[in-house]
Amino acid sequence: MSQDTIYFLWDCLQYLINGIAQGSLYAIVALGYTMVYGIIRLVNFAHGEFLMLGAFCGYFALKFNLPMPVAIIASMLGAGITALIVERLIYRPIRNEGRIPALITAIGASLFFQYTGQLVFGADPKTVPPVFKEVLWSFGEINVSNIQVFIFILTLFILFFLWWLTHFTKIGVAMRATSFNLKAAELMGINTNRIIAFTFFLGASLAGLAGILMGYTMSVEPMMGMSLGLKAFVAAVVGGIGIIPGAALGGFILGIAENMVAGLYKSSFRDGVSFFILIIILLIKPSGILGKNVKEKV
Amino acid sequence: MDYYLQILTNVGIFITLTLSLNLINGYCGQFSLGHAGFWGVGAYASAVYGVFFALPIDPALNMVIALAIGFSAAALCGLLIGIPCLRLKGDYLAIATIGFSEILRIIIMNTESVGGPRGFTAIPKWTNSWWVWGVALAVTIFMLHLKRSAFGRAIISIREDEIAAETMGVNLFRYKLFSFIIGAGIAGMAGSLVAHDQQFLHPNNFNFMWSVCILVMVILGGQGSVTGSIVGAVILTVLPEILKLIGSDVSTWRVSIYAALMIILMLTRPQGIFGPYELFEKKKLQKGSA
Repeated sequence: MSQDTIYFLWDCLQYLINGIAQGSLYAIVALGYTMVYGIIRLVNFAHGEFLMLGAFCGYFALKFNLPMPVAIIASMLGAGITALIVERLIYRPIRNEGRIPALITAIGASLFFQYTGQLVFGADPKTVPPVFKEVLWSFGEINVSNIQVFIFILTLFILFFLWWLTHFTKIGVAMRATSFNLKAAELMGINTNRIIAFTFFLGASLAGLAGILMGYTMSVEPMMGMSLGLKAFVAAVVGGIGIIPGAALGGFILGIAENMVAGLYKSSFRDGVSFFILIIILLIKPSGILGKNVKEKV
Repeated sequence: MDYYLQILTNVGIFITLTLSLNLINGYCGQFSLGHAGFWGVGAYASAVYGVFFALPIDPALNMVIALAIGFSAAALCGLLIGIPCLRLKGDYLAIATIGFSEILRIIIMNTESVGGPRGFTAIPKWTNSWWVWGVALAVTIFMLHLKRSAFGRAIISIREDEIAAETMGVNLFRYKLFSFIIGAGIAGMAGSLVAHDQQFLHPNNFNFMWSVCILVMVILGGQGSVTGSIVGAVILTVLPEILKLIGSDVSTWRVSIYAALMIILMLTRPQGIFGPYELFEKKKLQKGSA
């Protein structure tokens, strides 16, 4: 192999690693999307805004010199509680109105948080004070940072936790039952309103966690949720919406593809990649990579 | 005076846009969230004609050609996007249309010959308020007639129940595609009006936000109602200007107010101001149909 080919392969490997790290964040956000969709078939457009609010909670916590774990808990709780309020005030009354009114309401909630956020917090991106010391490990020509490794391990842990939660706890089984058939679950004595609220809380607190990590690696701003939310949704659809491992798979695929395209071709096409993948998937297998086809009944 | 004229022109353009989205969302029931993409394609296509290929003839004739180009370019995009997307339903369709309109915007953003991220400047000024309102009026009459035609009834039946419509012999895919193409084309015409009126285009003027704005106009008025679309477009174009007059503090809350309005509307009156009905229309089909 020539020298150029070797460098090219090293570059590819570096983009792959960056892609996995970024894909981990997409995966964490997509998990929340997919759980909420799985349980009430609602595309929660405001999910990205829960992430943004969580990031701001964490940012303010760090500003007040609180340690990082407290900041992470603050952002998770901040996002989760916002989600509970939004669910109670907006999504619960609209739940039985059909899917399109619910979708429109979700878009409304998303825009409301974005633009009110701009007025309240200011539109300028804010840098989170550095708490961790970034360490770069070099292997040959590639660099891996400790933050990337941390995010990746965290994602695996969250996946494991959710698998344990949905299969081995009472509330998890109730969640699965509710997503399988809401009416039947209600008849079996499950308080579905509580389960749905819990799902929102869980999904949003994961978004808040991703938010503070995202804010830590880049910056915190009111519009950060918009593109991230859309991409996480794309990730959830690519993997098969409503399926927990699918969301993670979709997140990784998206992160890797984006970094490859941005690195090897043109970074201005970065945002186009995810939508391109989405459309390819929707054309080939609309139910997603891991999804099952469901026939429509009269 | 110019300021008020500009508002009047904007109202006309948004009426055209809202009516075109109403065809897809309101009549046909296909939830498209990428309408600004078609608007942008029409705008850029006719601006390219105006800047690079303009014929040395009367501006009015040139404007007619520009409108035709805007229509065809956007309709072609509607065809290309519609064929894959219209196999999807509901939220999936909404996301796919967002995806396509964002891809269109990113392609425009990366095309240097139309200005890319700097915007497209020096577009010849060929239109005025008369053109805009002429187009808006023509589209209004077209939509009112369409609603009562065989084609209109077919696409409304698709909105009501796809399976029942198919059983009655409505070719779902063909009718959906037609309404998608016509809706996209009319949005493209609105685009060419914007291009030759404001003489400047920027890809960010056609982003997801604007798709949502047009959608809110349709929903506020009532999906499937021509009167409703017009009222929705007028209210939501004029309201921000009134807010601006009241005080600049209020106008910064514009989008927040829009969003809150959207939520409150969905919670209290999801069918919009008019529902599917027109202003002066007898509701004779009420009794029998549930």
